[in-house]
Amino acid sequence: MPSERLLDACATLRADPSLSFDYLRCLSVVDYEDRFQVVYHLWSREHRHKLVLKVDTTVESPSVPSVTGVWRGADWFEREGHDLFGVEFPGHPDPRVLILYEDFEGFPGRKSFPFHDYQEW
Amino acid sequence: MAVEKEKPSWGISPVVPGWYQAWERDSTLDLPPGSTAEGNVAPPAPYRSAAPGVITARMEDLLALARKNSLWPLTFGLACCAIEMMSTYMANHDLDRMGIVTWPSPRQSDVMIVAGTVVKKMAEPIRLLYEQMPEPKWVIAMGSCATNGGPYYRSYSVVMGVDHIVPVDVYIPGCPPRPEALMDGLLRLQDKIQHDARQYGGNNPHPPFRGDALPGGSVLERGSGASETGEAAGA
Ligand code: SF4
Repeated sequence: MPSERLLDACATLRADPSLSFDYLRCLSVVDYEDRFQVVYHLWSREHRHKLVLKVDTTVESPSVPSVTGVWRGADWFEREGHDLFGVEFPGHPDPRVLILYEDFEGFPGRKSFPFHDYQEW
Repeated sequence: MAVEKEKPSWGISPVVPGWYQAWERDSTLDLPPGSTAEGNVAPPAPYRSAAPGVITARMEDLLALARKNSLWPLTFGLACCAIEMMSTYMANHDLDRMGIVTWPSPRQSDVMIVAGTVVKKMAEPIRLLYEQMPEPKWVIAMGSCATNGGPYYRSYSVVMGVDHIVPVDVYIPGCPPRPEALMDGLLRLQDKIQHDARQYGGNNPHPPFRGDALPGGSVLERGSGASETGEAAGA
């Protein structure tokens, strides 16, 4: 799914009574080296069905609109995605660092991160 | 003389080979009668019997005796090792009988048990907690994570040993160490306190440590009470 239509799609998925996906189970980011993919796992408590939504974004400037307006629980998932993969979530209400410390450089979730020559104290 | 030999050692455990070498070679310490400076001898009792019913002792020995038998660890745990630490506090292993009572504030604590993985984000709060504890204070690094990074050695997020942040007195190996190992570490710390009182006259010398490399600058640089330890590390 293109990321421009993500917010519309999410609002529909949430609001439509026959879909009513009211719970965001998981939001994760996958590094495919040529692109990043943001994966949304949705769940409907009413109908007890689930849906996986995948949005591709570029490696150069990864950016996917924030879905915190639709599911409030996306807040920390998106902050984690930004910490570890550097994916921007424009529209996020509180885009601070969540799990890394303030001065951390690099994105350790990416496959290009230099794990094996990491020797800092 | 025979009567003096049977004198109890007042709760000080026997010397372990290689552990108290400095103690054994220190000629200023009075060894119990009958023992020699070579070999594995029991440490001297802190009390001497001057006459029946009268004992004399050095002040620092008495202070050390009081301190080592009322160690209050700061209550905090960082990872899976903390589970083992909790079980050590519980009734089955019962640290209370050694006078070890957990205390939820650094202001009244004596010993800090670093139980678990020290991530870099947690480094600064740990240093701050250490600074808040009053002297004399001791640190136990519990588990391989707190000792040298353990399974997370050279990880991007984990400090390679808590001795990069605070001086550590006792290291306990294991992943996680069993409660018996933690108790053994605490007993070793008690021995060390008694030994240091003899050796250094009541002062508690902090062991050397690797420096206070903290992400985002040291707590000390921000002016929250520079201690002797921190200055020594910065120098
Ligand atoms: S040493 Fe092992 S048990 Fe202890 S905190 Fe580290 S990983 Fe967990």
